[in-house]
Amino acid sequence: MSVYINADTKVIVQGITGETALFHTKQMLEYGTKIVAGVTPGKGGQVIEGVPVFNTVQDAVAVTGANVSVIYVPAPFAADAIMEAVDAELDMTICITEHIPVLDMVKVKRYMEGKKTRLVGPNCPGVISADECKIGIMPGYIHTKGHVGVVSRSGTLTYEAVHQLTQAGIGQSTAVGIGGDPVNGTNFIDVLSEFNKDPETYAVVMIGEIGGTAEEEAAEWIKANMTKPVVGFIGGQTAPPGKRMGHAGAIISGGKGTAKEKIKAMNEAGIEVAPTPSVIGETLIKVIKEKGLYEQCKTH
Amino acid sequence: MNIHEYQGKEILRKYGVTVPNGKVAFSPEEAVKVAKELGSNVIVVKAQIHAGGRGKAGGVKIAKNLEEVRTYAKELLGKILVTHQTGPEGKEVKRLYIEEGSDISKEYYLSFVLDRATSRVTLMGSEEGGMDIEEVAEHSPEKIFKEVIDPVTGLLPFQARRMAFNMNIPAKLVNKAAKLMLGLYEAFVDKDASILEINPLVVTGNEEVVALDAKFNFDGNGLYRHKDIVELRDYDEEDPKEIEASKYDLSYISLDGNIGCMVNGAGLAMATMDTISYYGGKPANFLDVGGGATAEKVTEAFKIILSDPNVKGIFVNIFGGIMKCDVIAEGVITAAKEVGLEVPLVVRLEGTNVGLGKELLNASGLNIVAADSMADGAEKIVELVG
Repeated sequence: MSVYINADTKVIVQGITGETALFHTKQMLEYGTKIVAGVTPGKGGQVIEGVPVFNTVQDAVAVTGANVSVIYVPAPFAADAIMEAVDAELDMTICITEHIPVLDMVKVKRYMEGKKTRLVGPNCPGVISADECKIGIMPGYIHTKGHVGVVSRSGTLTYEAVHQLTQAGIGQSTAVGIGGDPVNGTNFIDVLSEFNKDPETYAVVMIGEIGGTAEEEAAEWIKANMTKPVVGFIGGQTAPPGKRMGHAGAIISGGKGTAKEKIKAMNEAGIEVAPTPSVIGETLIKVIKEKGLYEQCKTH
Repeated sequence: MNIHEYQGKEILRKYGVTVPNGKVAFSPEEAVKVAKELGSNVIVVKAQIHAGGRGKAGGVKIAKNLEEVRTYAKELLGKILVTHQTGPEGKEVKRLYIEEGSDISKEYYLSFVLDRATSRVTLMGSEEGGMDIEEVAEHSPEKIFKEVIDPVTGLLPFQARRMAFNMNIPAKLVNKAAKLMLGLYEAFVDKDASILEINPLVVTGNEEVVALDAKFNFDGNGLYRHKDIVELRDYDEEDPKEIEASKYDLSYISLDGNIGCMVNGAGLAMATMDTISYYGGKPANFLDVGGGATAEKVTEAFKIILSDPNVKGIFVNIFGGIMKCDVIAEGVITAAKEVGLEVPLVVRLEGTNVGLGKELLNASGLNIVAADSMADGAEKIVELVG
C-alpha cells in the first residue's frame, strides 16, 4: 500500500516533447510507471517512447482513462498547464516546473477552489511509491519498498533522507515532495493525514526549511491527530536572516519562520528533530526502535 | 529584485497614486537644478540606497534654500550609510532624490504582500505610520488591519474604504485614500511585485493623501515579462558575485566564511551550510545551481566561487534528480582546468547518472577528494581548510 499513487496509476506527461520531459519519461517508463499519454499542443498524433501524444489533456483522458498528470512545461506556460489538468478532472497533477511567477499561482489556487484535482508542487521532485509508481524527477534507485512515509519541501533533501533510510535497510511507502514555493497545492498536513490513514505506513519523516509557518501548523496538527511517530529536520538553521524574506513578508506570519521556532514547535508536538541532515535516517531508526516498530519497518 | 524609492514613485505616478514632485540627482549641481525647478520652500534631500531605515541613519535632510540643498547633497553623496538593514559595512550613497517638502498632518502605514496561509495578496494598514511595522506588530497588533484580496475581482472599493476607516483616516479623505489603495494594487499586480510598502502614507495640511515613501520588491520569477522593471536594476547596489551568478540563473548569496559550496537544490544547499557549520567550518556562500543547469552554467558557478578571495576550499555536494551527475562533473572539470584549482576540492556525488559522473572525475587527473556522504564531505573540507 501507499498514498496518492500506486501500480494502477495511469499517467499523462504534459509537455512530453521537451528535453527534460523526454529524459524523465524514459526514466519513469524504466521504473515501471504506467505512462499512457503525453500532451504537447500541436504535436497530437505523434508517438514518443511508445507513448501516444495528444493536443489537449481532455483528449488524452478521453482516450486513455489517465487519472494523474505530471507537468514539465516551461514556467511561463505552467500555470495554464495546471489549470488544464484541473479542468480535465484528473485526481492529481504533479507540477515539476520551477520559477512560476507567484501571482500566476495565486490565480491557479483560486481556479482550483471547489474542483476535485489535487495539485502537488510546483517546484517539486514529484511523488514515488517505491516499486510501484514513480512520477517526477527523483532518482529511482535510491528507493526501496517499505513502511516509512517521507514528506518534504525540498527535493534534494528528500533524496538525502530516502537514501539514508534505504542504506539503513528501512524501506518507504511513499515519498512526496511538496515543493519549496510560497504558494503550492499540497501542504504537510494534507500528506500527513494520508500517511496517518495508510495502513502500510508505520512512521513518517517530515523535512521542512526556513520561511513561512507550514511546519508550525503541521506540528500542531500532528500533536492533535497523528497516531504514528514523526521524525523531522529543518534546513537553513545557519542561514542569515533577511536575505530572502522581505520586511512586510515577515510580519504577516507574526514574525515566525526561523529554524529555531520551527524546531521548538516540532519538539513540543513530540517530533524528534534530527540535528543535522546526515542523521535523519539514524534519528528515525532510534525513534522506531523506541516505539517497537523497528522490526516491522526493516526491509527483509 | 529591489528598486530605488524614486523609481518606485515614478511607477506609482502612472497608476494615479499621489506622490510629491521630485527627481533623481547624481551630483550637487544636479540637486540644486532639480530643487530650483521644484520651486518649493522646503526641499527634501533623500539618499537612495536599497535599504530601509535611511531617515534614522541620517540619510534624509530637510533644506530651506538652494544653498542648503547643495550642502546636504555634497554631504550625502559618497557617504556610507549604515542602517539596520545594510549590515555593519553600510552602503555608499550614489544617487539622491530631490523632492518638494510635504506639510504632514499624520503618518500611516500601508503595504501589499503575499500571504502564504491564504495564497492571496493581502493589504495591510495601520495608523501607526513612519515606524517599523514589526514594532507595531509586537506592541499594538490590534492596530494592524488586513484585507485579503480575491485575484478574480482584485481589491474591491469597499475593502479599500473599510481599510481607510479602520486606519482612522479622516472621514472626508477616505475616498481619496481608497482610490490610492486601488492604484497601488493595480501597480502591484501589473508589475508582479512581491512587496509594495508605503511607509509613511501621509495626510497633508491641504487635505491630500500622499505616498511619501515607496518600497517595491519584485518577484524574480515574473521579471521575464517586465523588461521595464529589469531596466531599473541598479548594479551598484548588489554584490558583484551575485550579479555574475544571476546572469547564469544561478541562485548565489555571498556569506562571510571560507568554504565555497556548490549544491543542487535550495534545501540541500541550506543543509550543506548547516552541516559545514556543524563540523566547525564557515560557508563562503549559498549556491544552488538549480535543476536544469548545463555544464557551462556549472563552470561559471565554479568560477564565481573561486573569484572570492576568502575561499580556501570548495565542497561540491550533488544529489542528482533532474540534475545529472555527469553534467556537474563536466562543468567542474572544465572550470578547474580553465582557472586553475589551487584550493582543496571535495566532491560528493549521488543520484541520476552518478556512475558516469564519478568516472569523469576519476579520469580528469584533478586532485579531488571524494566523499561518501554529505557529512563525510563536510568533515573532510573543514579539515582540509584547517
